Amino acid sequence: MLIKQKRAKRLVLVLLLLGGGLVVALFLASAFGAVTISLPNMLKMTLNKVAFFDFASTWRTVDETILFQIRLPRVIGAALIGAALATAGVLFQGLLRNPMADPYIIGTSAGAALGATIAMTLPINLAFLGFGLVPLAAFVGALTTVIIVYNLARVGGKTPIVSMLLAGFVVSALLAAIISFMMAISDRLNLNLRSVYSFLMGHVSVVGWEQILVIAPLVVGGIIAARFFAYHLNAFSLGEEGAAYLGIEVERDKVLILALGSLLTAAAVSIGGLIGFVGLVMPHAVRLSLGPDHRLLLPASALAGATFVVIADLLARTLLAPTEIPVGIITAIVGAPFFLYLLRRSRREYAF
Amino acid sequence: MIGLQIRQVSFSYLDGLVLHNIDLSIKAGEMVGLLGPNGSGKTTLIKLASGILKPGQGEIRLDGSDLSQLRRKVIARSVAVVPQQFHIPFAFTVGEVAMLGRIPFIRALAGETEIDRQAVNTALELVGISELEQRRFDELSGGERQKVILAMALAQQPRLLLLDEPTVHLDITHQIEILELLRNLNVEQGITVMAAMHDLNLASLYFDRLILLEEGRVLADGTPAQVLTEARIREVFSASVLVEPHPTTGVPHIIVMPKGSSIKRQ
Repeated sequence: MLIKQKRAKRLVLVLLLLGGGLVVALFLASAFGAVTISLPNMLKMTLNKVAFFDFASTWRTVDETILFQIRLPRVIGAALIGAALATAGVLFQGLLRNPMADPYIIGTSAGAALGATIAMTLPINLAFLGFGLVPLAAFVGALTTVIIVYNLARVGGKTPIVSMLLAGFVVSALLAAIISFMMAISDRLNLNLRSVYSFLMGHVSVVGWEQILVIAPLVVGGIIAARFFAYHLNAFSLGEEGAAYLGIEVERDKVLILALGSLLTAAAVSIGGLIGFVGLVMPHAVRLSLGPDHRLLLPASALAGATFVVIADLLARTLLAPTEIPVGIITAIVGAPFFLYLLRRSRREYAF
Repeated sequence: MIGLQIRQVSFSYLDGLVLHNIDLSIKAGEMVGLLGPNGSGKTTLIKLASGILKPGQGEIRLDGSDLSQLRRKVIARSVAVVPQQFHIPFAFTVGEVAMLGRIPFIRALAGETEIDRQAVNTALELVGISELEQRRFDELSGGERQKVILAMALAQQPRLLLLDEPTVHLDITHQIEILELLRNLNVEQGITVMAAMHDLNLASLYFDRLILLEEGRVLADGTPAQVLTEARIREVFSASVLVEPHPTTGVPHIIVMPKGSSIKRQ
C-alpha cells in the first residue's frame, strides 16, 4: 500500500514539474523574437482572450497580432513536434528493445524527405486544410515507407524485428540516394536546394492556426493512445517471446505500436522536417532519471520533448536573428553532449 | 486443477527440426521432467505446451479447451513459462520485473491493484527474494536473476508452470535451490510442473515422472527408475554409464564412465 502511494505521488509530482517546465518554456518562447513582448502584457492579453477579463490595453495592436497569429501557433507547433517525436521514440525503443532506436529508424525520415523533395519540384500550388503540398507529401511519404518496410520484413505471418531494422536501413539508404540524386540535378528539376536543406535540417514551419488544428488532435490523440500500450511495452522489454508468455498478442500489438509511432512521427515531420535527437535523447534522459516503467516514461517523455523543442526553436529564432538557424542543428548541438553526459553518469542503467 | 493433453502432435520448423506424433497426457499436480539430447525437441515441446507455437498436426488441450483457440491473455492467466534465458535491456527493479507477471490481469488504464501487489509479494516470498525487491535486475547474479524470473512467473499465479532448463548456467547451490523450490511449489501449491532438464541425476532426484525424447519421439515415459536404465542412456546419449541406486533416496543415480584411454588417475 505504502509503496503504491509513494509511486503515485512521485508520478504526479514528476508530471507536475515537467508540465510546469513546459508552461514556462511556452511563455518564454512566446515573449522573445523579433519583437519582445513583456510578460505582464502577455498575461493580460492571454487572459483577455480566454476569460472574462478586460485589461486596459497597454500594448500595441500589432503585438497582439504577433503573439496570437504568428508566435503562438509556432510555439505550440514546436511543442507538438517535440511531444510527438519523444513519444514515438519511446514507442520504437520499447518495441524494438533497442536503445539506439529513434522515430526515424524504420524509414519515416527518408520517406518524408523524399516526399517533401518531390513535392518541391512540382509546379503545383495546392493547399489542403492549411497545409501546402510539401507537408502533405512528407506525411504521406513517411507512412508509405513504413508500410513498405513492414511488408518487406514480413515472412510467414511474422515480422521479425531484426528484419524490420534491416529493411528500414536498406530502404532509407535507397531513398536517401534518390534525394541526393535529385539534389545533384536540382537545376534541371527546378528544385530549390535551400528548401531541401531546410527540411532535412528541421525547421518549424507552422504559419497559422489551421495547421495546429489538424496536427494537435493527431498528436494529442496519439499520445493518449500510446499510454494504453504502457503495459504492453513493459512486457516487450522481455522480448517478443517473453511478451507472448505474459499474454501479449505480439504480432497484432506490434503493428498497432508501429502504426501509432509512425503516425506521430509523420505528423511531426510534416510541420517540422527532420528534427533529430529529440526522439532519441528525450526517452533516454527520462528513462535514466525516472526508470524504465512506460507508465511514467510515456507522459514524462512527451512533456520533456515538447519543452526541449520549444526552447530549441526559441534559440533557433533568436540566436542569430534575423537569420534563422535550422532547429535540428540546435537539438543536435544541445542533445548530443547531453546524451553523452547522461550515458556516462549512469552507464549501468543499460545492460546491453 | 489443470491438465494438459498432447494428442498426436507433430511439428516442424522451416529448417526441419521436428516432433513426430507426440502423445502425452500431463495430469494436474504432476511434476514432469523432459529429458533428451540437444535437439531432441524438449524446447519445442515446451513452446507448443505454452501455445506460442501451434502444432502442425494434432492438438493440445489445456484443461479441456483447444490451446490454439485460446487468447494469449487467457492462457497467460493459468500457464507461466520460464524460458532458458531472459535479457532485459532496460534497468527494471526486481519488484518491477515481478510485477510484469501481473500483466495478464491488469487492465490498461486502471493500473495495478492491491491484489496484484499481494500476488507479487507472495511470489517474491515463495522464491525467497523479498529483500531484493528494490535492487536492479541487471545488477544481480545469474542465479538471482533466474529466481526473479521464477517470481515473475509465480506472480501469474499459474496452475501450469513450464520451464526450459531452469538450472542450466547455474552453480550447484542455485540448481538445488531452484529444484527444491519447484518441488515445494508442486507439493504445497499444487502447481503442475513440466521442465526440460539436462542434468539426468537432478531430474532423477526431483521429478516423479520423466519423459525421454529422442529425435522428436517419446522414447520412454515413466518413473525415474523406469526411464533411466543403463542400456537406454547408453543408446540415447552415446555415453557409457553405470546406474546405481542413490544412497539415500534409491532413485537411479547415473555414474559416467570415462572412455578407457582418457581415464585420469590420482
